[in-house]
Amino acid sequence: MASESNAPSAAALGYAPRVQRTGATGALFGLGRFARRKPLGFAGLVFLAVIGFGAVFAPLLTSYGYADTDFTARLNGPSAAHYFGTDNLGRDLFSRVLYGARVSLGISFAAVLLAKVIATTVALFTGYYGGWIDKVGQRFVDLAIALPRLIILITLIGLMGPSVSTMIILVGLTNAPSSVRLIRSAVVSVREEPYIEAARALGATDRRIILQHLLPNIFHIVMFSATVTLGAVILIVASLGFLGYGVPPPQPDLGAMLSGTGLTYMRQNPWMAVWPGTVITLVVFAFNVLGDALRDVLDPRLRGSR
Amino acid sequence: MAKYVAQRLLLSIPTLIGLTLVVFFVLRVVIPIDAVDLKFASAGVSDPEKAKELREELGITGPLAVQYLRWAGRLVSGDFGKSFYTGRTVAEELILRVPTSLEVGLGALLITIVIAIPVGILSAVKQDSFADYISRGGAILFYAIPGFWIATLILVFSSLWFNWAPPTEYHDLWVDPWANLKQVALPIVLLGLSPIGTLIRLVRTQVLEIIRQDYVRTARAKGLPSRTVYTRHVLRNSLLPIVTVIGLQVPNLVAGTVIFEQVFVLPGVGRYLLDAVQRLDLFVLMATNLFFGTLIVMANLAVDVSYGFIDPRVRLN
Repeated sequence: MASESNAPSAAALGYAPRVQRTGATGALFGLGRFARRKPLGFAGLVFLAVIGFGAVFAPLLTSYGYADTDFTARLNGPSAAHYFGTDNLGRDLFSRVLYGARVSLGISFAAVLLAKVIATTVALFTGYYGGWIDKVGQRFVDLAIALPRLIILITLIGLMGPSVSTMIILVGLTNAPSSVRLIRSAVVSVREEPYIEAARALGATDRRIILQHLLPNIFHIVMFSATVTLGAVILIVASLGFLGYGVPPPQPDLGAMLSGTGLTYMRQNPWMAVWPGTVITLVVFAFNVLGDALRDVLDPRLRGSR
Repeated sequence: MAKYVAQRLLLSIPTLIGLTLVVFFVLRVVIPIDAVDLKFASAGVSDPEKAKELREELGITGPLAVQYLRWAGRLVSGDFGKSFYTGRTVAEELILRVPTSLEVGLGALLITIVIAIPVGILSAVKQDSFADYISRGGAILFYAIPGFWIATLILVFSSLWFNWAPPTEYHDLWVDPWANLKQVALPIVLLGLSPIGTLIRLVRTQVLEIIRQDYVRTARAKGLPSRTVYTRHVLRNSLLPIVTVIGLQVPNLVAGTVIFEQVFVLPGVGRYLLDAVQRLDLFVLMATNLFFGTLIVMANLAVDVSYGFIDPRVRLN
């Protein structure tokens, strides 16, 4: 990070020089330190890595397709053949949960990426220039935060028809405003740092200052807020699916698996209700403990704020 | 104080106008389908003359700006338009449905506050104790569990084990209060649980900070009972961010109300909205979106006003 290179060297201050590890080894040591300092957050990270792996490599991990029906094996409980059992059409629940996680997490990731790109751009722009641009921007953010997000999403997706790309764009757009304030406040405080002044004195253009100096120094805030937003967005995507506005069938959707026609058969095979909800809960839980840990590690001053 | 409240009230007017603009923009510009065309298509008739007549009658012809002003003008006089399909006015329906939604939403908010504040304080006072760990772990768990999943599990397992299913017939609060309470208790509790996590954690960190302040030590030193110290000195001083976060939970509660009205078949504004989405019932959609948005604006207003009560410095500024 730029701030580190600007700081007086450790040796000059009379401390023992810190061993600088870079690249893969550095990342590995960083991860080890994180695991020791924040075991719960690290557990969350590991769990998410496992789920992410399962979602990405779903076709390799299961021999059943998510839409393969087998009417000789309807509503079965967990067994060696079907780890999670089967649903009312004899579809393998393990495959459906894996593919469902793939779809739900994929949409959530893409939506959060879009949301954070927009939020960071707006925050950098309004926070750096200040003045009336900032004031107008803040009023818009105030209004956007006061909007009933899920209601507008239901209305829009319900009328435009659910598809993966519509969901990513709409969920991304509606979740962008909420983090503008947090990122903007980081921009405003970094803007006053001496190294920004120094860069300006050296004749750096606004564009260069924003991209080379501001952005790298607020990036950890963006990452932290992305982690927290991901948890929330996964819940929003699941709620949409639950209400019938998720990805269209036969694509499995973790939220949709908990409602609709499945509901009538859950009495006969309650596992149908157990698995999708468990996965949603654990994923959201993991993102939250990871977010908490990241916040503590990256910036202790932020403790307690959201 | 009156001046401060009046000022906040005035400031919420532009937000409300902005809200109407967004709702209008979403439903009249973003949506690529024409509500009147859809109505005729779903009835299986194509009659351009009649469609044109209907559009004129509904006031959705001409430039968008004119349409918006026409609609907004009617809103001001309390006319929300009519449903395309039932023919009933939206205002009539809302009068019947708003109490149900408010009952569920406010009930849930009450549950959240009543549980989260004492638990958060306890968690801070007994920092790093077993109770603290339980409440912190529970807090994140409650946040992570989707309420509708718990609802599904309860419905499935209670029908499996106790042969119980929620009543499908709705009992009005004013007609049969006991039957109504039995009916809405479960959705209220389930809805109230999810914001508890966020609030417990915030109360805990706030109280932890305030407990270490000098004036708390002074209060203790002069021999105040710890109950008074906590309610008058600690809680009062940590109230500002707590109220802020309660306000921020309102959009989630609104969303939850829609979901739970659907799950438990309650005739509130949320179900009205979901039904209207199915068939693009234009004026119902506009009114229900506006209703939920206004709730959030009102909640923010309430938060702002309560700042003035909690912290005298705010209202003098």
